[in-house]
Amino acid sequence: MNKAEKQHIVKTEGLSIGYRSKKGSTVIAEHINISLFSGELVGLIGANGIGKSTLLRTLTKVQPKLKGSIQINEKSLKQYTNLELAKVLSLVLTEPVVSKNLTVFELVALGRQPYTNWIGNLSSKDLQIVEQAIVQINIQDLKDKMCYELSDGQLQKVMIARALAQDTDLIILDEPTTHLDMYHKAYILKLLQQLARDTNKTILFSSHEIDLAIQLCDKLIVMTPNEVVSDTPCNLISSGTFENLFPKDLIAFDEETGSFRVKK
Amino acid sequence: MDYRLPKAITAIIVGSGLGISGLMMQTLFRNPLAGPFVLGITSGASLGVALITMGTSLFGSTLILLLGSKWSMVLGATFGSFLVLFTVLIVSLKVRDAMAILIIGLMFGSISAAVVSILSYFSSAAELQQYVFWGFGSLGNLTWPELSILSSIYTLGILLSVFSIKSLNSLLLGENYAKSLGLNIKRGRIIIIIATSFLAGSITAFTGPIAFVGLAIPHLTRQVFNTSNHKILLPAVFILGAIIMLICDSIAQLPSSELTLPINAITSLIGAPVVIWLLVRKRKMMF
Repeated sequence: MNKAEKQHIVKTEGLSIGYRSKKGSTVIAEHINISLFSGELVGLIGANGIGKSTLLRTLTKVQPKLKGSIQINEKSLKQYTNLELAKVLSLVLTEPVVSKNLTVFELVALGRQPYTNWIGNLSSKDLQIVEQAIVQINIQDLKDKMCYELSDGQLQKVMIARALAQDTDLIILDEPTTHLDMYHKAYILKLLQQLARDTNKTILFSSHEIDLAIQLCDKLIVMTPNEVVSDTPCNLISSGTFENLFPKDLIAFDEETGSFRVKK
Repeated sequence: MDYRLPKAITAIIVGSGLGISGLMMQTLFRNPLAGPFVLGITSGASLGVALITMGTSLFGSTLILLLGSKWSMVLGATFGSFLVLFTVLIVSLKVRDAMAILIIGLMFGSISAAVVSILSYFSSAAELQQYVFWGFGSLGNLTWPELSILSSIYTLGILLSVFSIKSLNSLLLGENYAKSLGLNIKRGRIIIIIATSFLAGSITAFTGPIAFVGLAIPHLTRQVFNTSNHKILLPAVFILGAIIMLICDSIAQLPSSELTLPINAITSLIGAPVVIWLLVRKRKMMF
């Protein structure tokens, strides 16, 4: 598929995010212009406390925006009901699930809730989509296990399968690689890249794995104290955006390897 | 016949109704210690009954004269629990976190406990005894007309709880995930609370506060069936609750004797060891 045919999935214009209170509003970041297309794997990076979570919460309608516009599938985010949004946007959050006393299959099948009837019965089509999601993430061997038997890495894969079963154009993951070892960090992000290619979904995740994100993502959204930039990793490296990511006293960005080095 | 049959039906209603409302509260509040009474239903009911039995000098005597002591107690319990629930419902529309509702329910509990203790301090021994007897709980006092009122409210509550199965299952992931699955959290929460109030409120009004069943039966069922999927849990709690309550009732009704032991004592005496045994045997709490 060439670039011209790609669909606009997320588009923000002049977006300001932050918190509104009785005393006025606290702006965390402003002038955010992002365009995400179908089939793209997009990483959201920035220092702690820069507003990554606030941006994700605003994009997922958990918290209201301050200014500007957000369009998902060329429709304003405001106009979506909860149920409509559940059919275009699925989430993988950092918070642990409340109950792990379910089989992997049951948990993945919960992703079909926006489509099932009042009591949540799975149709043959639903079952097929759930099976397909399990195969795509390659967790067939876990299917009948209880979720409390799984390791952190396995559980993260199950949660991604659940988001996949929700069958949405856009999947947003909040720090999907925390608590994982180096191998599983790479594994999960590689898996996301594969999914974006195979399913033509847009996958947006926040992460602190900057070197992995530079290697795997089609596009990065970089939040620095002065601006929010979104471009391909190559362009961002040559424009020197990563230099401004962190205070300069301790670590420096090495353009050749695409990673940060501790200053000696 | 007119004693045994209504009593058995009452046992089924009490066991299944309290079990299901306990299950809904544990899932809603993500708390294994929650039971049907965390919303303050019992406290409200006992406050109502305390006002009727011990506050006679105020207005209870006229009520008792008009309606007879039993109906006025039912009325007191209904009115008391309705008042507390109404307040909790209004509060739950305003707060974002379900935990706040839990704590508010507990606060109402202490307020009514305080009022009850003030009332009992000033009341006569006979009035106090009447109140204490209500607190024992009883399955055997219901006549057919009373039973028909109880069972129709109960049926409504059960229907609402079946309607809540889907939201309860999505709440297993946590409120944020449930919302991302398209669930209208506030509406789902209110339906669950109304279902619980119908079930626990009507049962408490007619039989007094039956302890323990609502807390224990969901745990028992989760241990036996090894799942938290409400499509399995809800019917399973219904059946197990009914069976256990029938067993407790036959034990309370001492064989070849006119004597009936307080049902509350029996449910705890039998239920607590069973739950402990299950937890120790599996070494893991399913939730």
